[in-house]
Amino acid sequence: MSEHSDPHTRKTSRRRFLKSVGAGGLVAASGPVWAQSAIGTPNAENLPPHVADWSKYPGDGVADRPYGKPSKFEAHVVRRDVEWLTATRQSSVNFTPWHELDGIITPNGLCFERHHGGVAEINPTDHRLLVHGLVDKPLVFSIADIMRMPRVNRVYFLECAANSGMEWRGPQLNGCQFTHGMIHNVMYTGVPLKTVLNEAGLKPNAKWLLVEGGDASGMNRSLPLKKALDDCLLAFKMNGEALRPEQGYPLRLVVPGWEGNIWIKWLRRIEVGDKPWLTREETSKYTDLMADGRARRFTFVMDAKSVITNPSPQAPLRARGRNVLTGIAWSGRGAITRVDVTLDGGRNWREAHIDGPVFERSVTRFYVDFDWQGEELLIQSRCHDATGYLQPTKSELRAIRGVNSIYHNNGIQTWLVRSSGEAENVEIT
Amino acid sequence: MRILSPHIVAALLLAAATASHAHAAEPKLGLGVEPTAEEIAGWDIDVQPDGRGLPAGHGTPAQGEAIFLEQCAACHGDFGEGRDRWPVLAGGRGSLQADRPEKTIGSYWESASTVFDYVRRAMPFGNAQSLDSDQIYAITAFLLNMNDVIDDPEFELNRDNFTAIKMPNADGFYDDDRETAERAFWRADACMQNCKTSVSVIARAVVLDVTPDSKSAPGVD
Repeated sequence: MSEHSDPHTRKTSRRRFLKSVGAGGLVAASGPVWAQSAIGTPNAENLPPHVADWSKYPGDGVADRPYGKPSKFEAHVVRRDVEWLTATRQSSVNFTPWHELDGIITPNGLCFERHHGGVAEINPTDHRLLVHGLVDKPLVFSIADIMRMPRVNRVYFLECAANSGMEWRGPQLNGCQFTHGMIHNVMYTGVPLKTVLNEAGLKPNAKWLLVEGGDASGMNRSLPLKKALDDCLLAFKMNGEALRPEQGYPLRLVVPGWEGNIWIKWLRRIEVGDKPWLTREETSKYTDLMADGRARRFTFVMDAKSVITNPSPQAPLRARGRNVLTGIAWSGRGAITRVDVTLDGGRNWREAHIDGPVFERSVTRFYVDFDWQGEELLIQSRCHDATGYLQPTKSELRAIRGVNSIYHNNGIQTWLVRSSGEAENVEIT
Repeated sequence: MRILSPHIVAALLLAAATASHAHAAEPKLGLGVEPTAEEIAGWDIDVQPDGRGLPAGHGTPAQGEAIFLEQCAACHGDFGEGRDRWPVLAGGRGSLQADRPEKTIGSYWESASTVFDYVRRAMPFGNAQSLDSDQIYAITAFLLNMNDVIDDPEFELNRDNFTAIKMPNADGFYDDDRETAERAFWRADACMQNCKTSVSVIARAVVLDVTPDSKSAPGVD
């Protein structure tokens, strides 16, 4: 494949590419992106036998970066939004750049955001969690109170129910960041939700909880008590540090394996009740409209799903010969047990190699090492989970649900990789 | 034969008695403070389908229209048609099986309590929790009137008559049935070799129209 030899030309074209992506979010319609990515032509003066400047002169000292950030050469690795998706950016979504990540943990600053009233900026000293309703004694907890309770650490994925929701009618967006970027995977530190419920004491007729955020949307959902007592957490840390404001600082609900909308951020109130509330977000939204005009509700669990992150439209193949295909798989019903990959559009499959920790309800990383001689590829992944569920095709999902259900699209994704190495979002027979 | 000690028997009986809420037997940590009734009331803003949580107050569609035009129409439109990509609030009845369903309060929402609860907590966008109870009753009444759920523009909605309202699509929902309806996805017979004879591309992302300002473009809200 050709490469620009003039560094100036290369920089300009890359800058133009980044600008166009930042403005519109769509990369593919404007032509090949593979020539404009972060990997470019090296400056020969930095290569052997020459000695680069960084080998001669000292860099920043320890006081220069009190909170470290990624290298400036990684500045293109950012969350991106698609402006036309929503009416306002205060009630909108951005997407995690999975094609730039590896392993299973999402860096905090790259965790996708979805909120309905902007990011609440809350001084933890002024934050309170009220627990009331069908309890023996209503209680108010400060963050300091919660941090005196026994803690646990757990790695879980959080996926928006609308992840891949734009793709029900066919391939729309070129890039796994946009088709599959509404998921992140971090380690939470927090306390079991049942601990605070036990402090208040549940009445015998308690069956459901209303969980409510302190943000300007007052986000509220009904959570079955059974799930609350099973594995839900009140988290105050993610990946070891305090929750980011956009992830609910200082306190968020963790509902393992269930759709992201119910993981209430800026959690301020839990009301214990006996029936679901039918809030806007569990009737008007986050219900799955079927072809017969009726809708499924309380579709909490995120089914098993996977996607190849590299190669993909934002991450083309750059060289013939040896290459690494990688991707992520997850299931809200348990652990991922196996991932299969095809390079020929589903004629033949091979089992991918899983590496890194495999946790229940967590992203799992897979790899296929392969040789590529410029032939056209149709690549897909499909995953199996511990309950025996096999990720379905998009056609199989449409046959049951139609194309208007918006949520819970966990169908198999196909990327067409051309002889140039460029990749495109397609569907195949 | 092993004899259980009285202590163990007592513990087993206690465990059985509290089995429905197993956590109840766990010792308390003694954390948290009891709020006053006034403190709870300030945050307890939810409304349930059976009317629990509805405050005192009342309002009519006619009163609600005046408030709506002032506080809501800039985004939702004078007739609830939704400007730009802001939510459409009215219309769409009978469209749920259509190629492009219009999910509105009248065509889709399950319970009238949802309207009151949502307006009370989140509207108007940019100035949430600023409306008083009479205003929320009036706006709710107007939205229901706009959707032909309440016919009389002078009908006074209050907590005594609220639960008599039945939404047009109230019976349009059923609980998650994936584990039965999609039972076929639990399968161990994944084909690995020679699974297809031919493969062709049938749709490509660059071909489809994703006009940025199109109301019919897919959304995530």
